[in-house]
Amino acid sequence: MSKVILEVKDLTTKYVTRFREDVYAVDHVSLEVEEGKSLGIAGESGCGKSTLALSLMGYYFPPLHYTSGDIIIDDRNISGMAPDAVRHSILGAEIAYIPQSAMNALNPTQKVIRFIEDVFQAHDPNKTGKEIYEYATEAFETLGLPSKVLQQYPVELSGGMKQRTVIAISVLLRPKVLIADEPSSALDVTSQKMVIRMLKDLMEKGFIKSLIFITHELPLLYNVTDDIMIMYAGQIVEKATVREAVFDPLHPYAKALIGSIIVPESGLRDLKLTAIPGAPPNLKNPPQGCRFAERCNYVKPECRVTSVPFQPAGDHRAYRCILPEQVLREAFENGG
Amino acid sequence: MAGKRRPCLSGRGLTREFGSGRQRAVAVDHVSFDFHEGEVVSIVGESGSGKTTLAKMLLGLIQPTGGEIYFQGEKRDISTRKKKLEYWQNIQAIFQDPFSSFNIFSKIDTVLIDCIHMRGGRKLSREKKTGLMAEACSFVNLKFEELTRKYPFELSGGQQQRLMIARIFLLKPKILLADEPTSMIDACSRATILDMLMQLRDEIGMTIIFITHDIGLAYYVSDSVYIMQHGKIIEHGSADEVILHPREAYTRRLINDVPKIYEEWDLTTG
Repeated sequence: MSKVILEVKDLTTKYVTRFREDVYAVDHVSLEVEEGKSLGIAGESGCGKSTLALSLMGYYFPPLHYTSGDIIIDDRNISGMAPDAVRHSILGAEIAYIPQSAMNALNPTQKVIRFIEDVFQAHDPNKTGKEIYEYATEAFETLGLPSKVLQQYPVELSGGMKQRTVIAISVLLRPKVLIADEPSSALDVTSQKMVIRMLKDLMEKGFIKSLIFITHELPLLYNVTDDIMIMYAGQIVEKATVREAVFDPLHPYAKALIGSIIVPESGLRDLKLTAIPGAPPNLKNPPQGCRFAERCNYVKPECRVTSVPFQPAGDHRAYRCILPEQVLREAFENGG
Repeated sequence: MAGKRRPCLSGRGLTREFGSGRQRAVAVDHVSFDFHEGEVVSIVGESGSGKTTLAKMLLGLIQPTGGEIYFQGEKRDISTRKKKLEYWQNIQAIFQDPFSSFNIFSKIDTVLIDCIHMRGGRKLSREKKTGLMAEACSFVNLKFEELTRKYPFELSGGQQQRLMIARIFLLKPKILLADEPTSMIDACSRATILDMLMQLRDEIGMTIIFITHDIGLAYYVSDSVYIMQHGKIIEHGSADEVILHPREAYTRRLINDVPKIYEEWDLTTG
């Protein structure tokens, strides 16, 4: 077993609304990412994926507040750190983050090289301009980006190129963990593929040690990551390898998500896409029992009352449902 | 099959150029097509292939610089405002970004009532109008009681896109042009939206034109597929023909760019 780079234990974070209500967007989440591994997090809009990403970085600015739990990066616990300290010593150097609209992060009036100088000014102020330029040129070329990009303005670049530039800048300091939050959702399929190839390259070429990839596109996760976690209403409902999650899901929500994917392969036209009826619960007052009960096809009366444990299934899998594995598998067989 | 049906919307040598002289760019280049009644058509291509320019010409938002559009067998005439409004009763659109599709100053009631008025329901009683609005909302799984007096921006992206479909339900156009209707919403809502559109097609025999870069989506929903590259249609045919047995290298590349599950996804090419 390789070294665990990022370990999160029972992390809970909340938003405080302006009426002083607490909304627990990340509810007792635990996860582990080993060196050289990648983890995918999937779920529909509003399930807490992006909040989890911000929480993992220790990036707590109101209305987001830290409640409890530990975040350990490479044996260093960052959970209690002040957000400003996090910004100075963790972001970029330990954890890098690519938001969905990363391409909008570039200031249109500055050349790309200026952003890179900024990064070094914050983390390594002794480097001279020439050193920075050489370092950046080398890094860009290793990642398959033309070095002339450094001297260009963001408006001169296409959307896909901008996104790849931002990714390259974010990993210049060789962070241990890269969190990519929907890095390709705003791009067309051709640019998306280049971004995905680049993310895989980052790991192989040693720019990052582990990757957390957040998206709602399951086929993407299937092709990129090793493990997958499916999130619903702030909780992790299923944890498995990608292969298991796609071909043998245990949680009814995971099963429903798999039913909604579209791939251009023969046989697809005969399949019926299954939409999940209803909407996720309001997290201001989450339901007492299972949070998915309202929308679940396999719901039992006790689901609405008892809280559901995250129970293990085998040595690395776990799921959050009161029904036993075998019962669920049979139900999926019969219920389609 | 499509061959027997009447063509609903056709184009002959349709061209749109932007700029002039050295700056001249041909966005859509002598494109010809026949979309039939009740058919679901997809126009697939990557960014910059001219899909959206073609869509805008079909909607009459921009004028073609060459070629003709035929609507129900006759040359389309939208020279006056009145004729344009008439044309728009027959063709409607759903756009990519639900957040910028609505006027932020009008409430959801106004959005829906406008549609009723456009179909000639101006004289209906208030109760009748409310009934129609509630029916449209329940068609798209929204509750009208929860929406009334709200503004569209108070809804989530998926809900807004569904509200857009509620409009289409009220307007019952002959042609619906959907420009990347699902690229900004998540995978579960996508299935719901596609389901609703297909249901509408079956109920009112609408022709649906999907504009998309996602060839998987095109394969799932459409009867026929047109592939666009650099403003030209380079391949077209039935969905099975084009996607399972593509002739052009470009089509193969587009198919290759979409992540697969059952087959290996080749990341090295393209």
